[in-house]
Amino acid sequence: MIQLKVNGVARSFDGDPEMPLLWYLRDILGLTGTKFGCGIALCGACTVHKNGEALRACITPMSSLAGAEIRTIEDISANGLHPVQKMWMQFNVPQCGYCQSGQIMQAIALLKDKPKPTDQDIDDGMAANICRCGTYQRIRAAIKAAAEESA
Amino acid sequence: MSPISNVSRRGFLQGLAGAGALVLGAYYLPKALRHGDASGRTDADRATLHPNLFVGIDTDGTVYIVAHRSEMGTVIRTTLPMVVADELDADWKRIKIDQAIGDARYGDQNTDGSHSVRSFFDVMRQAGATARSMLILAAAQKWGVPPAECRTDLHAVVHPPTSRRLGYGELATAASKLPVPSAGIRLKTPDQWRYIGKGMTSYDLTELCTGKAVYGEDVRVNGMVYASIEHPPVIGGKVKSVDDSEALKVAGVRETVPIDPFKPPPGFQPLGGIAVIADNTWAAFQGRKKLKIEWDNGPNATYDSDEYKKELQATARNAGKIVRNQGDAESVFSKGGKVFEAEYYVPLLAHAPMEPMVATAEFKDGKLTAWAPTQNPQAAQAIIAQELGIAKEDVICNVTLLGGGFGRKSKPDYVAEAAVLSKKVGRPVKVAWTREDDIKFDYFNAVAAMHMKAAVDAKGKPTAWLQRSVFPPITSIFDVNAVYGDPGHLQQGWTDVPYDIPNLRVENGPAPAHVRIGWLRSVANIYHAFAVQTFTDELAHRAGRDPVEYLLELIGPPRTLNFSGVDYPNYGADLHTYPWETGRLRHVTEIVAEKSGWGKRKFGKGSGIGIAAHRSFLTYVAAVVEVEVSDQGDIKIPRVDYVVDAGRVLNPEVTRAQFEGAAVFGTSVARSGEITAKNGVIEQSNFDTYPVARINEAPYQTNVYLVESDAPPAGVGEPGVPPYIPALCNAIFVATGKRIRELPLSRTSLGKNS
Repeated sequence: MIQLKVNGVARSFDGDPEMPLLWYLRDILGLTGTKFGCGIALCGACTVHKNGEALRACITPMSSLAGAEIRTIEDISANGLHPVQKMWMQFNVPQCGYCQSGQIMQAIALLKDKPKPTDQDIDDGMAANICRCGTYQRIRAAIKAAAEESA
Repeated sequence: MSPISNVSRRGFLQGLAGAGALVLGAYYLPKALRHGDASGRTDADRATLHPNLFVGIDTDGTVYIVAHRSEMGTVIRTTLPMVVADELDADWKRIKIDQAIGDARYGDQNTDGSHSVRSFFDVMRQAGATARSMLILAAAQKWGVPPAECRTDLHAVVHPPTSRRLGYGELATAASKLPVPSAGIRLKTPDQWRYIGKGMTSYDLTELCTGKAVYGEDVRVNGMVYASIEHPPVIGGKVKSVDDSEALKVAGVRETVPIDPFKPPPGFQPLGGIAVIADNTWAAFQGRKKLKIEWDNGPNATYDSDEYKKELQATARNAGKIVRNQGDAESVFSKGGKVFEAEYYVPLLAHAPMEPMVATAEFKDGKLTAWAPTQNPQAAQAIIAQELGIAKEDVICNVTLLGGGFGRKSKPDYVAEAAVLSKKVGRPVKVAWTREDDIKFDYFNAVAAMHMKAAVDAKGKPTAWLQRSVFPPITSIFDVNAVYGDPGHLQQGWTDVPYDIPNLRVENGPAPAHVRIGWLRSVANIYHAFAVQTFTDELAHRAGRDPVEYLLELIGPPRTLNFSGVDYPNYGADLHTYPWETGRLRHVTEIVAEKSGWGKRKFGKGSGIGIAAHRSFLTYVAAVVEVEVSDQGDIKIPRVDYVVDAGRVLNPEVTRAQFEGAAVFGTSVARSGEITAKNGVIEQSNFDTYPVARINEAPYQTNVYLVESDAPPAGVGEPGVPPYIPALCNAIFVATGKRIRELPLSRTSLGKNS
């Protein structure tokens, strides 16, 4: 039995300990905001926070999460009022939007580490998150604006 | 209104509901804007006032607008309803968008070919204006005044002489009792538009930023089970024997189910294989790894993409089928003089949308309900009906949001898989492809070899021009004998080469397909524009001429291209409404030179800019790309400038985003887009072996300039990709002296000492 917290709610899991967090969130808890894109931590669509740090849910087995506090896109702000979400909307970042939960979770983690990110910081922090629609230019602008907003 | 906007040129695909719209160049519009259906299939149908398929108004003033096209990021689910709302003079805050199921009553629903706006702009205007005219008449009758004295003012009808006002909700019941006018509807004049041309952000924006948006991957149906399918590793292969004993031991695995191989040609049939049915996605994936299957790999088991490449190139060196001819290029070449030849090559490309193929289906009481991220719900209905032996009307295909499409999700093989499995399992089934499945079992953009030849005069201007392309055609998925390009793909930057050259010949050679070939964002324009626009740049440099000035000279004076004697479908649009005007291509070329500072900016060593111009999907685009290449051969793309003439642009901000995205898509194609095969098996599988551009590799700044125009609207989703790639490669030549004739760039060492 693995005890953990997801979005502030205490949960216990007694399934296959090798099951990645992604499928626990999506199939068992029904938290579908976190996406499947590659299954091997190459695209970042499954990015969530573990104790405040960005984590790839698709390769993280449940066995490694005893006592962890997991936060998903659903817990950031239901109305999109987090500064990063607000800027995502102001800059019209999403096209198809599928990768954007992961991008937003990654950007929030980046801004926690680097409240005033340079272009290089953004490249380093966001390069593991793929957007196939190609919204990178707007992602960069939105991150910079969110940094201003939070300053 | 005519039910068919353009008649098919080739009959053999007819009946594959919308399957080959892009292939055929034929788009079906809905049969007259008839009264909303009494069966109430949408909220618009069920609303108090529902004058036609696309709009409904309730007594509380809520306006329902049906989006019948699929949303994959182009914001079409917002843009077309925005047109209805504008002509209705409705308050956007009171609009609810209804996503249509697949239903032939809407006309064509295959969201591809960059044609949603141009095909449905007039239909949407008519739909909104019809409702508006009924509301005006209802108000006039209530007030006992002539309708001509009334007008609308954002969600209300007003009578200025008496300052009376009634909201749309208050008028819905009275208006619903009026006959629906079928003619004489007055449309707004462009100066009266509230939204058209100004644009609207995505209706789904908040949901997209909060994880609430529902994609195909997110569908959950009561009692559903999860399936993962081991497909035959080689297209056309089949199961010889299977041992599923270990798979069945995996916790959560319920059963395995065989799916029959397709009967050639593949079309949109399931590929076949063994499905593992489980309680969750992970268990299905794990069970699948434990399957022991012996395969009969079938006739494509000898396919080797390196060998195939040599065959294509050899074919391209020999005379092919002439698809356009003017003057006598051959006799000019035979006279000798300055003749240049070059060969170009673009490999197979995968779509790799962020959401892999996925679909959910429930077979119950002889009927099938599907929930799918599909660009083409009517084709899903058709293939499901065929696979299950039921009527198309007994297939309901709900359309979710799409996590990217790029053409892949026009082919509903994965939806058919879910349907077949649900019938066999007796429960709702969700089929989830892995990324590896997605890349290995794509309908790939065709591999192509191009042979170019030009004889030039003393100033370097071509006096004769020959271009020959060879690629396995998309039609091969519908016709096992197809080896030549069809007019719908030869038109894409090939038979319409716009150059002012007296002796010009365009040819196409045969190539058999060994994988499923399919349309991908921009399709044949990708390889054709690469060859034509790179060869043009090569000739300019050989002649010591400025590439922009040289390109303009080749385009020649402003004129309308004459396609007599050429089978040129013009993307399904008639040439009268959408003529091919070289003046517009010149214009975007001249403006992009100016905007990019062409000839005025200085570049250091390892840096430079390149240009290309191309018309596709009826839109004229010129691109200038700036590149920096390090001594180690790493590429950076600091800046891209696009000038776009897409006729009237309905949603400018969204349009700019499409071109920004096209530059990134083009970067992926150019840098690393390559699918290869050995023994019929695709060698790539995930983003490690099929890399796509990341934020640090993508263009840093893409500027998009839209030409103001009141010409009929044209496409914006695809036209940004074709000129981008040659412009990038032409810039690399300036920066490094290395001429790129083969994609992807990862095949060429761009480092200083290589």
